[in-house]
Amino acid sequence: MDLSLTDEQVFLRDAARGALSRVDTVAAAREALEDDAARPDLWPTTVEAGWTGLLTSEANGGAELGLYDALLVAQEAGRALAPVPLVSTLAAATILDAGNDAAAEPAAAGELRVAWLPAAPPTDVEPRWTVDPRGGLLRGDLPTATVDGDEATLTGEVSWVPDAAQADALVAVGRTEDGRIVAVLLDVEAAGVSTEGLWRYDPTRPLGHVRLDGARGRTIAADEDAVARAWHVAQAVLAAEAVGTVDAILPIAVAYAKERHTFGRPIGSYQAVKHGLVEILRQLENARSLLMYVAWAAENDHAQLPLAAAAARSGAEHALDVATRQNISVHGGTGATWEHDAPLYFRRAQLSRRLLGGAAGATDRVAGELMAGVTPA
Amino acid sequence: MDLNDDPEQGAFRQRVRGWLAEHAAEAPVVMGEGAIADEHERIDAWRAWQRKLADAGLCGVTWPEEFGGQGKGPIEQVIVNQELERAGVPGPLDFIGLGMMGPAIIVHGTQEQKTRHLGPMLHGDEVFCQLFSEPAAGSDLAGVTTRAVQADDGSFRITGQKVWTTNAQFSAYGVLLARTDADVPKHKGLTMFLVPMDAPGITIRGLRQISGEAEFNEVFLDDVAVPADAVLGDVGGGWTTALTVLMFERLSLGTTSVGYSAERFAQAIAAAPGAREDADVRQRLGALGTELIAGRFAGHRLLSDLAGGRLPGPEFGLGKVTVVRSAIDAGDLIADVLGPDALDADSEWAYMISFLPGLKSAGGTEEILRNTIGERVLGLPPEPRRDKGVPFSELQARQTEGTVA
Repeated sequence: MDLSLTDEQVFLRDAARGALSRVDTVAAAREALEDDAARPDLWPTTVEAGWTGLLTSEANGGAELGLYDALLVAQEAGRALAPVPLVSTLAAATILDAGNDAAAEPAAAGELRVAWLPAAPPTDVEPRWTVDPRGGLLRGDLPTATVDGDEATLTGEVSWVPDAAQADALVAVGRTEDGRIVAVLLDVEAAGVSTEGLWRYDPTRPLGHVRLDGARGRTIAADEDAVARAWHVAQAVLAAEAVGTVDAILPIAVAYAKERHTFGRPIGSYQAVKHGLVEILRQLENARSLLMYVAWAAENDHAQLPLAAAAARSGAEHALDVATRQNISVHGGTGATWEHDAPLYFRRAQLSRRLLGGAAGATDRVAGELMAGVTPA
Repeated sequence: MDLNDDPEQGAFRQRVRGWLAEHAAEAPVVMGEGAIADEHERIDAWRAWQRKLADAGLCGVTWPEEFGGQGKGPIEQVIVNQELERAGVPGPLDFIGLGMMGPAIIVHGTQEQKTRHLGPMLHGDEVFCQLFSEPAAGSDLAGVTTRAVQADDGSFRITGQKVWTTNAQFSAYGVLLARTDADVPKHKGLTMFLVPMDAPGITIRGLRQISGEAEFNEVFLDDVAVPADAVLGDVGGGWTTALTVLMFERLSLGTTSVGYSAERFAQAIAAAPGAREDADVRQRLGALGTELIAGRFAGHRLLSDLAGGRLPGPEFGLGKVTVVRSAIDAGDLIADVLGPDALDADSEWAYMISFLPGLKSAGGTEEILRNTIGERVLGLPPEPRRDKGVPFSELQARQTEGTVA
């Protein structure tokens, strides 16, 4: 029984923290709200640090580390509110690597920038593979796919795709007429591919709506399990980013509760404030425990990965919601002003909770997996 | 990321499992369906089972060998607990003595006390209970008002009332916290005693709870005489001894499975018509399931810490908050889904639903736990206190007058 970090993991984490400390990413986030040019480009840092190839096997030019290692990096990105394209590149790499695709190596090396069009696997009550809709509660169908040899043509729409407008290529997921799930590598310049780049509320998460209209690309030899795994990896990465952000917020709120006085005593001595801060700690520690479950499942029992990743996402995003709101409250009116950092963390929470099926979608999947009889470790 | 035993632990587990495979059939049914109905018969059978466990080296796992223990670490205790659960047999009858009182006697007891008490405790011949909480002193335990007055011959006379005493009705001894000096600040005037439960002046009464069952007792002490050598630790040093007991309590709770599992709740809900497809039910189950799974992995993290030689800090108490709260949510959801039948006395859920509101305060209320963690883990400033440095008698006088200083 040993859940402590190895020396290599500590090194990886510290290196990530160091690399991301070169730019004041939180200050940049505030500036970017009003000035697009102020957005730091962390792609060179991402490539230099080798984060694009964290999960890719050595045979395909990657570092072949465990999922937990990637989650350590994601926690650091979340801590700094750094716009590092981890969700998109790691999910795409999962599919490319499983298919031993020719693009796996340049993607791992950062020579080819690949984003992934999120596709959610079925649940116990939703038999379809689905994509996030533009709005509303009805989930969209996967793009339709027509396979022709080692190529395929896709038609459909995927909304709210992380890092879509910055990518050179897209890993898309489609459904053939006979119900097969196929992964396809598309050049963003190919005919029939149109990407609308956009930002919403959180200036550290670039997004895009992608329309495919008879877009032709090369099929990737990844099976349905690998495509589903990409979804679960993405859920885990979002969870880890949220844990990192909460871990950054808690000491800020605690420090202020110690220094700010009202009625002759520090506000942190009031139970109402103290208990709220302890609640952040409780949820943070729970979310950390859930990341360890993800890591354990990824290494030991893939059948538990959907439950573990969904639970981590649900728990971590809930912790993020509670922490960002509590942080604003502890700071009083000041916490709700433009100059303060608290609103930037709040913006992160508000948007993240709605991406990739949403935190509610993850919670729903936890219920489904449990009712389907999955027994957690 | 390893949840497995190391080779030595694995060998220990095999030995425990092997013994249990051979002897599980001799274990009595003490809880749930098929349990021995008569309490005396049940306790006698359970006592005999503890004796067998002790002879097999499965009691006092962490006790030093010189006191009949196995001299092993908390991980081995967890392995024993897990294997008992896996075999579907009860653990020892006297989990309070073995987990908390015995270890405290080993730390604070005299040689005579160790020799006199540890052997009979280990084998279930003499069960121990904990006489700490009082009607007016729970979370603020140092506020106990049970008085122990010393006579010229060195003996003590004890008068007061204790409550929430598990196993008192069949215990041979109680470990009792009493006030020996009311003229000093409250933490300083306390002394711990080993009190024979059959002493004249002791009355034990079952304390019925919401479910109707009496799992705890009230214990009344009316001028109970104990000799000078009944003191455990030092006269006036009772708080130190109490903290030792509470530390072992935390360790004991941390290494015992609580048995509220996400998948068990999920199965009950999935079986109810219409529940699986209901979006609200799914959100509630998903949220509480997430918390229970987190609680389970928090347990694994604790074991990893123990294996690395680290003891659980106060933040470990948050795991209890998480598990109790999500089990309360589960009971609520199950009652919503199953309807009033879930509240029927024969339902497997009615007892849980009745038991959990009280469990929330067991071992200290959630509010006090949050204070402690806020102060000791997050380093937040303490609530201003009115009792620091004030003699206990003066605190009591203020309370009687209804004044605040």
